[in-house]
Amino acid sequence: MSAIDNTRMTTNTSWIARNKLTIAPWLFLIPALAYFAIYVVFPIFESIWLSFFEWNGLYRADGTSTAVWVGFDNYVKLWSDQKFWTSLKNNLLWLILFMLAVPAGLMIALFLNQETPGMRLYKSLFFFPFVISQVVVGLIFGWFYNPDFGVIGSVWKALYCEETVNLLGNATFRCSQTPPDILSDPVIATYGIIAAGLWPQIAYCMILYLTGLNNVAADQIEAGRLDGAKGWKMLWYIVLPQLRPATFIAVVVTVIGALRSFDMIAIMTQGGPFGSTNVLAYYMYETAISEYGERYGYGSAIATVLFIIMLFYISYFLWRMYQDEKGGH
Amino acid sequence: MFPRPIKAASAPARLGYQVVVPIALVIWLLPLIAIFMTSIRPASDINSGNVFGIPSSFNMVENYVAVFTQSQAFMYLMNSFMITIPTVIISVGLACLAGYALAIYRFRVALPLFFLFVAGNFVPYQILMVPVRDMSVQSGLYDTIQGQVLFHGAFQTGFCTLFMRNFIKALPFDLIESARIEGVKEWKIFWYVVLPLVRPAIAALSVLIFTFVWNDFFWANVLTQGESVKPITAGVRALNGQFVNNWHLVSAASLLAAVPPVAMFFLMQKHFIAGLTLGAVK
Repeated sequence: MSAIDNTRMTTNTSWIARNKLTIAPWLFLIPALAYFAIYVVFPIFESIWLSFFEWNGLYRADGTSTAVWVGFDNYVKLWSDQKFWTSLKNNLLWLILFMLAVPAGLMIALFLNQETPGMRLYKSLFFFPFVISQVVVGLIFGWFYNPDFGVIGSVWKALYCEETVNLLGNATFRCSQTPPDILSDPVIATYGIIAAGLWPQIAYCMILYLTGLNNVAADQIEAGRLDGAKGWKMLWYIVLPQLRPATFIAVVVTVIGALRSFDMIAIMTQGGPFGSTNVLAYYMYETAISEYGERYGYGSAIATVLFIIMLFYISYFLWRMYQDEKGGH
Repeated sequence: MFPRPIKAASAPARLGYQVVVPIALVIWLLPLIAIFMTSIRPASDINSGNVFGIPSSFNMVENYVAVFTQSQAFMYLMNSFMITIPTVIISVGLACLAGYALAIYRFRVALPLFFLFVAGNFVPYQILMVPVRDMSVQSGLYDTIQGQVLFHGAFQTGFCTLFMRNFIKALPFDLIESARIEGVKEWKIFWYVVLPLVRPAIAALSVLIFTFVWNDFFWANVLTQGESVKPITAGVRALNGQFVNNWHLVSAASLLAAVPPVAMFFLMQKHFIAGLTLGAVK
């Protein structure tokens, strides 16, 4: 016993010093963790909890919330809510069509993966749409699609319309076919918004693939060439397998992008015409904070559904990361 | 290299490629070019349907000045800076600390906690919306710049921690080990050994977070009410309502909103792409 006391005396190590490798990580971690927990982790559970209530967001004078427990009522209501199903269907449409960004990005990357003069600048300019806010992209395309004075409208006029000038000098157009008003047509409006959303997303996938192509092993390509592989075969059997990490990230960010689609819908159609372009993200916002009073409970139920859909992808991503961690270290 | 380098191809093919690339670029950027052309036109051009043609007069200066004098664009832009810059500092700073803890120390919950940051970063905003809004209203942060900064700072900390942890994990561990054997204190290892080495990661994250937060539109709507604290993205929408059918002004305002992130991208291109393509290369 005294021997231990002696060592403790001689090395003079305090509890803190002895356990510094246990304590130190927590000191570094706690600010970020606590902050992240307050704003991100707890609200997730709070939202799920709130989806079992009916609440207009108000509090009584004594500070208690006016929320009323309704159990699964909100979910039962969702089941028969036509707008919810339209939104879900559109989300699916976004997911499927947004995936086009991956092959399209790859095609542009292959097209640009050369070393001619000025190529660096071209690559950055191709990437441009991703840097711009989606609000601006939405406005640009909203105007692009405008049948009266947008680009589509102007092209249409040039093709199908005749300009006549009346006595007062005002030009009027007489058209053999009225120009399409993409964003006011319930059938095609969603496609119009998705097309606009694809523009920056393709740019993102392109940059992922350009970086990936930079790191494709040159010796394997050469070996493939010697074996007579070229064109599509080379791409499919030799290049694409090496681009797998880039493809994985491209798919992940595209899925997330598709499910997060909000800005463009808010800017271009606000869910209309007749709710035909709604997606869960926008419908949730519209429901929770509407002009007719807040519906936090119902909104939270929509958010929970969206969260569960996303959870599949998050779990898959984490599982992949876990495999990498096990393999790597 | 794949596809086969064009440099090795015949002269006509090389020339053809160099002609096709700029044409493809113009088509790709057509919406942007069209909106730029609109932003320098006089209003009369738009009313008369001259969208593609040469502007009847070049009104670039007039239009852009008009955006500032006829609207609150300047205030919106300043708000955006006041939201974005503190957010970058908070989230990158906290992520340096957290990333260091998660990468360097071996403790049982390191991986689960890391995954918590990763997962939080992917959740749909809507699942956070009601509680965060309610919390902001309760604490008086609703409809303030600080309220927006605090939320963005927390949310972006997730992405930054993911990035930082992986970056620090890739550093040679011997450096830290030998510093420890020398008896260097843990926070000094962080400050003098690790921090100088993660400078590229700090740069990459700063430009990325700047762009993400600058372009945010959803939270600007959820956490604000009045015009005086709205960032430029929400401002542009408001201007769109104010300048109805004055497309030359709407275009000019939209392009102005895009200038800071675009400038950031061009100045810090290498870091920006390094940040975005994290994980795209093994």
